[in-house]
Amino acid sequence: MMTDHPVTTTDRPPAEQTTGLTDRHAFRWTDITVYLGFVLVFGFFALTLHDKGFLSAQNATSIVSQVTPIALMAFGAVFVLTAGEIDLSIGSVVAMSALFTALGLRHFGLPAGIAFGLLTGVGAGLLNGLLIVGLRVPSFLITLGTMQLFSGIAQMSTQLQDVPIVNGTYTTLFGSGTVGPLSDAVVWLVIGFIVAQIAYRNLAFGWRVMATGSSGASARALGVNTRRVRISVMMISSCTAALAGMLYAGEVQGAVYTLGSSDLLTVLAGVVIGGTSLFGGQGSIPGALLGSILMAMIVNGLVLMGATVQQQIVVQGLIIVAAVAVSQRQPAE
Amino acid sequence: MSAATQKEGGEPLLRVSGLGKMFGGLRALKEIDLAVWPGEVVGLVGDNGAGKSTLVRCIAGVYTPDEGEVAVGGVAMGHGGPKHAAELGIEVVHQDLSLVIHGDVAQNLYLNREIRSRIPGLKQIGWLDKAAMRAGARAILDQVGMGGTVSVRQRVSDLSGGQRQCVAIGRAIGWSRRIVFLDEPTAALGVRQTRHVLDLIMRLQNQGIAVVLISHNMEQVLEVCDRVVVLRLGRKVADEAVAALDGPTLVGYVTGLRRAEA
Repeated sequence: MMTDHPVTTTDRPPAEQTTGLTDRHAFRWTDITVYLGFVLVFGFFALTLHDKGFLSAQNATSIVSQVTPIALMAFGAVFVLTAGEIDLSIGSVVAMSALFTALGLRHFGLPAGIAFGLLTGVGAGLLNGLLIVGLRVPSFLITLGTMQLFSGIAQMSTQLQDVPIVNGTYTTLFGSGTVGPLSDAVVWLVIGFIVAQIAYRNLAFGWRVMATGSSGASARALGVNTRRVRISVMMISSCTAALAGMLYAGEVQGAVYTLGSSDLLTVLAGVVIGGTSLFGGQGSIPGALLGSILMAMIVNGLVLMGATVQQQIVVQGLIIVAAVAVSQRQPAE
Repeated sequence: MSAATQKEGGEPLLRVSGLGKMFGGLRALKEIDLAVWPGEVVGLVGDNGAGKSTLVRCIAGVYTPDEGEVAVGGVAMGHGGPKHAAELGIEVVHQDLSLVIHGDVAQNLYLNREIRSRIPGLKQIGWLDKAAMRAGARAILDQVGMGGTVSVRQRVSDLSGGQRQCVAIGRAIGWSRRIVFLDEPTAALGVRQTRHVLDLIMRLQNQGIAVVLISHNMEQVLEVCDRVVVLRLGRKVADEAVAALDGPTLVGYVTGLRRAEA
């Protein structure tokens, strides 16, 4: 059904007549920033680092396994941001779910370990969602608080101790297994991408998330249960963070409270570079995937170039600023 | 004399009785009675702040009235919210249009009434039948005279004010089964589009659908309505057949210079 698009609008208004923040022109830089950035960065590293193995299959696998937890959380963040909310607590949920999974595995076995991890995500998201809707406080503030709360709980749960994971079945399923030449993280990434893209684009739920974040009052007037939508997106976000935590734990075969502590900004950067608006109403799952891979590729390339950690951080910061300058620019005042 | 009582017999489609609404200490509506019969076009006029939009929002289930009740076809509405009101056959084009600006035209026409895939399993998870909705949206656009000028895939943020108004009216008309409220439907429209909307109202009337038209344009009200209800400072001050009214009389009611004989 792509044939109905070309329609001439003779009475298209000048841009200032349409309302507020949401001016759209026929050509949208937002839509292609991430693809452009991806091609440029990939091309740059491919040219400069081809003799250092940037293009090797092994390096590709390494990038993919690094990117999977970030990308899964990015998919969750697309739903949250599209609904007009934000979730700052994902990093803490990563640590909590990793530790609870490890504790569950140690004391009760495989099913309990997996259940503990997933329930951590469900519980944290439900708490965030109910607080936002019930207290009518912006999600930014609520999750700023629960970020601390969850982090504290994670640290208390083991008195800051590491918890090793020795369950081979678990580590094979989550992060340490292989599928042919690839890490099992690829499977999680592909499944996550397909599920997220379908829910975002093909289900009624996706439309309601968009409507809630775009024009909440209109959505409510049309009978959309925007509270339920907002609680749902917070739960999706927490569940992706919990899954990310479980993958980290499987990959390093243990859990520690510092897992995920630096992920929040990486996730948000990837999502925003991928064309998802911070102000609700629009987003892109493929964009979030490419944005996440872009972030991971930059780190990977810099490491191969022999850059120090400090230099990596500086370059990442510069690239984020450049990317958002193109993709998130607001109309002139 | 109330025009409503002159209407020949039968239960009204919509009956509002003793409706009151407070906002904090402000009494926005007080003791409003209103009846609308099938196929009737009723004008609802009044100055800014008279309570017109509040009344519509109470009837549409957006606001919960503090007093009184709303019944559609003899069924009391209760506090079921906008979705319940829609199920009872009430459609509203709000003054703010209630459009989702990041959504395209088809999404706006079908939001919260999506056509789902008929394939078992997919239907249950809410899989959308986008092709069917785009086809339906095209039919609705044709009905409001926008076929050929606007694509169902265009975002509302890319539409002009008049086009947005037409989409909102199309959404109400596309779904209306019994009664449509139009809150200032022609405020942002040009001459031709206004004519088109007024023609649409008449067409609805011929289909037996009742229309309540809120407008500041007295000329327009006198042209298309059968009856006019005037609100002033939250109270109903007049309810008369258009045949018995002229422009100056109507303006007199609106401004409070004239009162209906009790």
